[in-house]
Amino acid sequence: VARRRDRARASVRTYRAGLVRRIGLHEAAAQWRRLPASVQRFSPALGLLALAATYPFYLSSLPSGNVPIIYSFPSVRSAVTILVFTTMAVGLNVVVGYCGLLDLGYVAFYAIGAYTAGWLASGQFQQVRFHFGSVGVTHSANGIHISIWLVLLLAALLTALGGILIGLPTLRLRGDYLAIVTLGFGEIIPQFVRNADSLHGFDLTHGTFGISPIDSPGFGNTLHDAIGLPASYQQDFDADRLFFWTALAILILTIVCCIRLRDSRLGRAWIAIREDETAAGAMGIPLMRTKTWAYAIGAFFGGAAGAYIASFNAGAFPSQFSFNISVFLLCMVILGGMGSIWGVVIAGAILAWLNVEGLANIGTWLNDNIFPASRQIEVAKYQFGIYGVVIVLMMMFRPIGLIPERRRKREIEEADLAGPLDEPVYEMRGADEPGAGERGSGGKAPRG
Amino acid sequence: LGFVALFIAWLAYNLVNDPTDFFNIFLIGLTQGSVYALIALGYTLVYGILQLINFAHGDVFALTGLFSSTLIVSTFSLDETSSALVIVAGLLATFLIAMTFGAIVNSTIEFVAYRRLRSAPRLAVLITAVGMSFIVQNISLAVFDVNFRSVPSLISSADVLSIGGVHYSWQSLFVVLVTTPVLVLLTWLVRSTRQGKAMRATAQDPEASAMMGINVNRTITFTFVLAGGLAGIGAVLFLVEFNIRYDTGFELGLIAFTAAVLGGIGNLSGAVLGAILIGMVQAFNEGPFLWAPGSDWTRSIVFGILIAILVFRPEGLLGERTPEGA
Repeated sequence: VARRRDRARASVRTYRAGLVRRIGLHEAAAQWRRLPASVQRFSPALGLLALAATYPFYLSSLPSGNVPIIYSFPSVRSAVTILVFTTMAVGLNVVVGYCGLLDLGYVAFYAIGAYTAGWLASGQFQQVRFHFGSVGVTHSANGIHISIWLVLLLAALLTALGGILIGLPTLRLRGDYLAIVTLGFGEIIPQFVRNADSLHGFDLTHGTFGISPIDSPGFGNTLHDAIGLPASYQQDFDADRLFFWTALAILILTIVCCIRLRDSRLGRAWIAIREDETAAGAMGIPLMRTKTWAYAIGAFFGGAAGAYIASFNAGAFPSQFSFNISVFLLCMVILGGMGSIWGVVIAGAILAWLNVEGLANIGTWLNDNIFPASRQIEVAKYQFGIYGVVIVLMMMFRPIGLIPERRRKREIEEADLAGPLDEPVYEMRGADEPGAGERGSGGKAPRG
Repeated sequence: LGFVALFIAWLAYNLVNDPTDFFNIFLIGLTQGSVYALIALGYTLVYGILQLINFAHGDVFALTGLFSSTLIVSTFSLDETSSALVIVAGLLATFLIAMTFGAIVNSTIEFVAYRRLRSAPRLAVLITAVGMSFIVQNISLAVFDVNFRSVPSLISSADVLSIGGVHYSWQSLFVVLVTTPVLVLLTWLVRSTRQGKAMRATAQDPEASAMMGINVNRTITFTFVLAGGLAGIGAVLFLVEFNIRYDTGFELGLIAFTAAVLGGIGNLSGAVLGAILIGMVQAFNEGPFLWAPGSDWTRSIVFGILIAILVFRPEGLLGERTPEGA
């Protein structure tokens, strides 16, 4: 099998080389290769970044309405949401992609982040009056109003703490048990915020109405007058653009952090755990601590993104935090390729776009151009069914994702090369299963 | 353990305080629990044999329920005025068709999605199961739309017996009357038949059973058929008392899964015990008691129990230690 595949690969390579020569690309390719390595490495990312950063400027010159298939390009306002969800996907990628811990309750972190922003930057707590660098709020307003920049950090830290608290008791579990526990937390936390409007008469989350309005980010009047930074985003003429660039900055910061983390000692430990937990433990990697860090860091970015989107929407509402969001984010990670940052960013952007307006737009386009008026369909209604199909198809035919991480691809290929006979046909309980390494429990007898 | 003690104290207090309500609620819990048991068994059966949490199971339940509501209302057009004989015959037919339907849907899912992933990592299969859950849910949505479906109350809700304020309705009796023989039959099937023996063998060691001449794939399909059939029965019973919608299955599935974990996943009698306990917890939580948190918090409490079990006693009440837990 391996030889046949190698031969097939070689022929593909030959074909590709011929194609390149025929259309004269080899000259350009040779030129390209002469450039310094750093330019080669960073230019795709920088090009993408430039394309993204200037999006608000050239959006107006793009055709709008009845573009084939996509109908229209996302508005800047939708683009903000897309960026924030992509940030969350990159955060989830740390947990699922790097460390191999299936988290079905990432929405809990989103909720904690959003509600922290709600608590620290709104009039929710009428009893107190505390202002610290807030913008766009009169000084006599009740409630806690802290500068959103600080709140983003605080929310991220608090969510990371939440991640640690959730992680400490549960990370000892493996695989599907962990998935279920995270799912449980993902269900409990939204229900908690929905119901916690009278805890002994104390209104913590304002129930189903959510917390609104939440303050807007901004730099205050002093900085506005001095160097022309926007005073308050929501009150600015170009509010959407400002939110867009800030969201882009947060996303880039997250991506840079995640890339650096991946190559750090901690990141290598995560990947070792993902590849073989027992072996990693035997090599002296502190399993619990490393996994808890993955949780905390994944939660950190989820919390920051949640707080930012709460500030962008000027509110946090319990209906935002459904299990579907967790699966939706997971879908981004799987589609992009677990552990592959760029894959996750691109898949995240695509799926988030589909979620925000893409599916509805595609539906409109299909209804306008393909389906007769008598048989109109509602694509957006079945969006989660579509995600389900995506997940299942990916798992069956391309489990490495669209743009797989190099290391993970090798891992899977090696497993393939070993051949099916080397692997147990069925996962077996007991002797074969890597047992409770970190606890050294003796209960490994096969089930009777 | 402290919580358990506190909970028991709370129960005892309520028993003394208001015995009538206590027993009423107890019976409601029992009825609820029987329905949960049928779903929980589906999870446990599949988990026992594949070590897979079949997330789609709850949605198969909902789809079957919606399908049987159509059967009852449109095909058989049963309502309160039909004669007793017609109702009995109609319900019997509905049960049979719903079982078949559930079995077909469930085994199709296995065939389409899980079979190809036999040798894949378990996480991949689990993720696929989540995906399948969404697909089945959306099939229900596409076919039956977003509205709640219900059937006319075919079984009278009058009391069978009523002792000093404790009521027991025909509906509840019906649920228990159907569930009990099904459970007995299932136990017999798994314990004493050849197929049941094959199932247990496959659960223990698929490779060795394949060597012993057991057709492993067929056994797994049979398990899914069994689970789907149980979901079908559960769905019809659920319909008798409640209404159902495309997304009912998801939440119910999670509750039933909790029940299966509580009892010890992979353990049949454990699933029934766990389901009845969860039914009780839910009934008492929503009951008219002092300091009962009320139905707003049911989900939180059920999941809280789930997390507590997985953290402190992952093998469940009756289960054995498994490597994932430990």
